[in-house]
Amino acid sequence: MSKYILKRLGMMVLVVLGISLIVFTIMNLTPGNAAQMILGQSASPEQVAKLEAELGLDQPFFVRYFNFWKGAVQGDFGKSYQTSLPVFEEILTRFPTTLKLATAAMFIATLIGVPVGVISAVRQYSLVDGVSMVTAMLFASIPSFVMGLLLQLEFALNLRVLPATGAASWQSYILPAVTLSTATMATLIRMTRSTMLEAIRQDYVRTARAKGAAERSVVLNHALRNALLPIVTVIGVDFGYLLGGTVVIESVFSLPGLGTLLITAIRMKDTPVVMAAVMFVTIAYSLVNLLVDIIYAFIDPRVKSQYAKG
Amino acid sequence: MKTKQTYKKRSQFSAVWRRLKKNKLAMLGLVILTAMILIAVCADLLADYDTAVIGQNMAERLQGPSGSHWFGTDQFGRDVLARIIHGSRLSLSLSIIAMTVAVAIGSCIGAVAGYYGGRVDDVLMRLMDILLAIPPMLMSISIVAALGQSMVNLLIALAIAYVPVFARVIRSTILSIKGQEFVEAARACGTGNARIILRHIIPNAIGPIIVEATLTMGAAILIISSLSFMGLGIQPPAPEWGTMLYEGRDVIRNDPYLVIFPGAAIALAVMSLNLLGDGLRDALDPRLKN
Repeated sequence: MSKYILKRLGMMVLVVLGISLIVFTIMNLTPGNAAQMILGQSASPEQVAKLEAELGLDQPFFVRYFNFWKGAVQGDFGKSYQTSLPVFEEILTRFPTTLKLATAAMFIATLIGVPVGVISAVRQYSLVDGVSMVTAMLFASIPSFVMGLLLQLEFALNLRVLPATGAASWQSYILPAVTLSTATMATLIRMTRSTMLEAIRQDYVRTARAKGAAERSVVLNHALRNALLPIVTVIGVDFGYLLGGTVVIESVFSLPGLGTLLITAIRMKDTPVVMAAVMFVTIAYSLVNLLVDIIYAFIDPRVKSQYAKG
Repeated sequence: MKTKQTYKKRSQFSAVWRRLKKNKLAMLGLVILTAMILIAVCADLLADYDTAVIGQNMAERLQGPSGSHWFGTDQFGRDVLARIIHGSRLSLSLSIIAMTVAVAIGSCIGAVAGYYGGRVDDVLMRLMDILLAIPPMLMSISIVAALGQSMVNLLIALAIAYVPVFARVIRSTILSIKGQEFVEAARACGTGNARIILRHIIPNAIGPIIVEATLTMGAAILIISSLSFMGLGIQPPAPEWGTMLYEGRDVIRNDPYLVIFPGAAIALAVMSLNLLGDGLRDALDPRLKN
């Protein structure tokens, strides 16, 4: 098992290196000059050249890329071109907001999505099943920002029960988290339903019933436990989508997270901030996926024994 | 007397179509999608672009839904329904083109990786893993922002974001196909690798590609509108659904219809693609054949 984890961590390093190269290349394709943007259009070519030299922007591509990594391994991701603050500090200040939002959304999606999926499967073709399937289809189709705007309109502007924007209190996270959770909730409802439908038709479930096990125990201990593996995969994969989705939701609800930082940085061609923000999200995503793979082993003894052999 | 026996030949396509027809939700999706495509094609006949879609008429600004303007008018007095109709052109065509490019490039990469295996497979798939590690939304935002805000760049961004998805789907299908007899027979006949991949393998992997393309097209419409909503996609006054939402956002309190109608258009398009994609997946699933 530890060998497997080490292998996956090694793979993650490779992925992070690859991503950094891709993002670095993309940011270098950006039209416009960063030094010019910092100094403004009125700056003279000499001033621009001087700042370029200071920031190391006059050096060849790979030298700059190497310098980025030389600093990054020491926790120095450079300084923001816009604020002159260390990028790492800025990311650390913003990341908790994004992480809180994504985690809360995933929590809501799982807490509602999995039970609804189970009930839908157990009561297939009932009214409950029909309603939950239609809801899931709607949640999967309505864009998150439209959902956000509608929730904002109803709960913040009309009913005035929740704040419309900002991150002043925990209540501020309710609307964005619910908004962000809907698409994942839809996936979870559909996935749980289909895997549960397969599981409850298996022989071992019939055996459990024949033994006289209570229906609740048959559904939860026998069927659901076996259906959990693909559900956990969805949770892992969707966490990445949630982290990506926060960019839009943070913009709708004006939350001071990594998403808003990223959008501002992209517009201002603030390469160090963009690099660090994208890498932060990607590393978080990769770590979650690694964690999901490890959780597999605890849920499914078959996977565990496979790792033990490997 | 000899009895003449006729064997009804059924192609794979007609078998899939027969199964798909039985799925009411998938047919609903197909009907909605076909209607939207027809509306997009006939948009010019339904509403004039220059006068109703981008031409401003401040005297009629912010009028709610009525007999003369079914979906109301926006801040510039433009007819919302006309803009939604023309917007369907942008959203559908962009997502179709992006998907076609992603399918073409992804299929080639996936086919080569799956067919040759070994080191080629390792290198190509690790590269795809790297691209997959960046959430599609983040990837598209970064590329559009870097290359600049234009329709072509939006297409490039979407195509790059979805190439790895198709490469993976094709690779896994190829792995299950390449050991089959018809491939061995083609090889035994002396057919070259490129021809085997193009003529024998890819046509047999077309089912999973269609399913994935349908579902991904829905996701692409969502990304296009999200980027436009954030001001990174298609720019006003173009009648893109996301752009319309961006503009309607400021007056949402008094004129919520400016958000509701374009939002419903996006949801309807995505839902029809999801319903059709799910139906196609079931229709193509060999386990559900009977």
